[in-house]
Amino acid sequence: MWMRATGKFRRMRWLALVGCLMVAVLLGWSPSSWADPEPAAEVDKGFTPAIGEAPPISRELFTTNNVWMMVATFLVFIMHLGFATVESGLNRAKNAVNILFKNTMIPAMGLLTYALIGFNLMYPGECWVVGRLLGFGGWGISTGPEGLTSAYSPGYTYWTDFLFQGMFAATAATIVSGAVCERIKLSSFLIFSMLYVALVYPIVGSWHWGGGWLREMGFHDFAGSTLVHSVGGWAALIGAIMVGPRLGKYVQGTIRPIMGHNIPLVVIGVFLLWLGWFGFNGGSVLSADPAAVSFVLVTTSLAASAGAVGAMAASWTIQKKPDLTMVLNGILAGLVGITAGADVVSVSASMLIGLIAGVLVVISVLTLDRMQVDDPVGAVSVHLVNGIWGTLAVGIWGEGKNFVTQLIGVLAYAAACVLSALALFGLLRGLLGLRVSREEEITGLDIGEHGMEAYPDFQGFLTK
Amino acid sequence: MKLITAIIQPEKLPDVKAALFAAQVYKMTVSNVIGCGQQMGYHESYRGAIAEVNLLKKVRIDIAVNENFVKPTIEAIIRGARTGKIGDGKIFVTDLLECIRIRTGETGSEAIG
Repeated sequence: MWMRATGKFRRMRWLALVGCLMVAVLLGWSPSSWADPEPAAEVDKGFTPAIGEAPPISRELFTTNNVWMMVATFLVFIMHLGFATVESGLNRAKNAVNILFKNTMIPAMGLLTYALIGFNLMYPGECWVVGRLLGFGGWGISTGPEGLTSAYSPGYTYWTDFLFQGMFAATAATIVSGAVCERIKLSSFLIFSMLYVALVYPIVGSWHWGGGWLREMGFHDFAGSTLVHSVGGWAALIGAIMVGPRLGKYVQGTIRPIMGHNIPLVVIGVFLLWLGWFGFNGGSVLSADPAAVSFVLVTTSLAASAGAVGAMAASWTIQKKPDLTMVLNGILAGLVGITAGADVVSVSASMLIGLIAGVLVVISVLTLDRMQVDDPVGAVSVHLVNGIWGTLAVGIWGEGKNFVTQLIGVLAYAAACVLSALALFGLLRGLLGLRVSREEEITGLDIGEHGMEAYPDFQGFLTK
Repeated sequence: MKLITAIIQPEKLPDVKAALFAAQVYKMTVSNVIGCGQQMGYHESYRGAIAEVNLLKKVRIDIAVNENFVKPTIEAIIRGARTGKIGDGKIFVTDLLECIRIRTGETGSEAIG
């Protein structure tokens, strides 16, 4: 009976959706709801105490903290596999090698540039050059003996700090690859992501996590809704616009579906990303503090679940049949949405944030298509829209957080990222060209850019 | 009665279908084939070894038509498929001896129509 989208049933589903949202809003706003524990005290991410200032802790505790941070590093690392499978599953088989190539090179180049320059741009310590906007701690990574003890930080050694943060850096560029895939030139994309991850991401990241002007204002972004996801999301949006839609996507005013070739891979990817998020948010506590980490993992998972439900409700209502790729995007949207405030919002607020994120991502995907911005994997809808939503949600539900400060942060990052993405993409369009030729796009980027196929034993044939 | 067989570039299929529909030809059989004519192939490489691919993917359309539809159908296919580049394809016209509709048992021109 749900299959028939007759007037009566469509109205019932809309009412059900609105009803769910109203209940959720009431739950989120009632102060005595759910008897929440005290949200964990805000942990200063990236603030490295000078030698001698950190309270001495036992070797056992320091080791425990560092081990957890290293495990979190592994979890964030596996998110790259998640991105790779999500993106290749949502693309056509003829472009699979190309997408996977980009998703392989991005973490590799990202870590190298982070070691060379990124880490010290993002955490300049005392070495600020232009106010609290730009600082540089020097080339390369190295540390003295204090870097290996709790004198550097009670939570981790210098090396753990570098590697954990380095894993985050490449995720910003990998977001972009999802929005521009199937038609961008490999060389242009690799140069763009190398420069974006090496320079833009760390410099704007220093404004908050590196101790810059936004931290001084009281802006709160726990694990990177703004610093990672919207930074990638803005570049994804600019890239998708500047590189243009795929051939045959928008024909004479209609939107044609270009289907992914492997939905099971997308599911694998999303669950890998959820798994990785335990490290992404759990590790952003910057220690193994049981109270903080356990609470953060709960808010994270509840937001992801609520995102799935919200997306299912929105997709089933608007599209008449529930779309699995929308639900998967909803999970990711919930995760992105909670990333800013997993440590400072209540349990019920985390569910509400996730629910709204799930609905937002569905609406955003449909709206972007209406505006003829071709985003094959929903990167802009998941990361940009919900990166902004998650950051603002901290201003609504975060204890002691200010909505206007959050908004200022969002706008500052918007300006910086949009301008730098425009400049980089514009430069590359002029020098190398952004887009492959029409023939190459039709034959497939695997043949055109790599001279190989992902599935040579299978003939990829037309069915329509 | 004639059987018109057209081999076209795969990405031209939507255009050819649209042109056929405009000429009021709605019945066809479409299959995926590989083949080559004057269009050269391309190279693939894998871990140092090179492969020459010269059987390229094409789409084959088979349409059974009555005499009065032969010319419109051919013109529609050409309108949809022509790009002016090598690889546009070919159309073959063969005599059709008999045509039977399975459901009703009709034969001849009525079965095609």
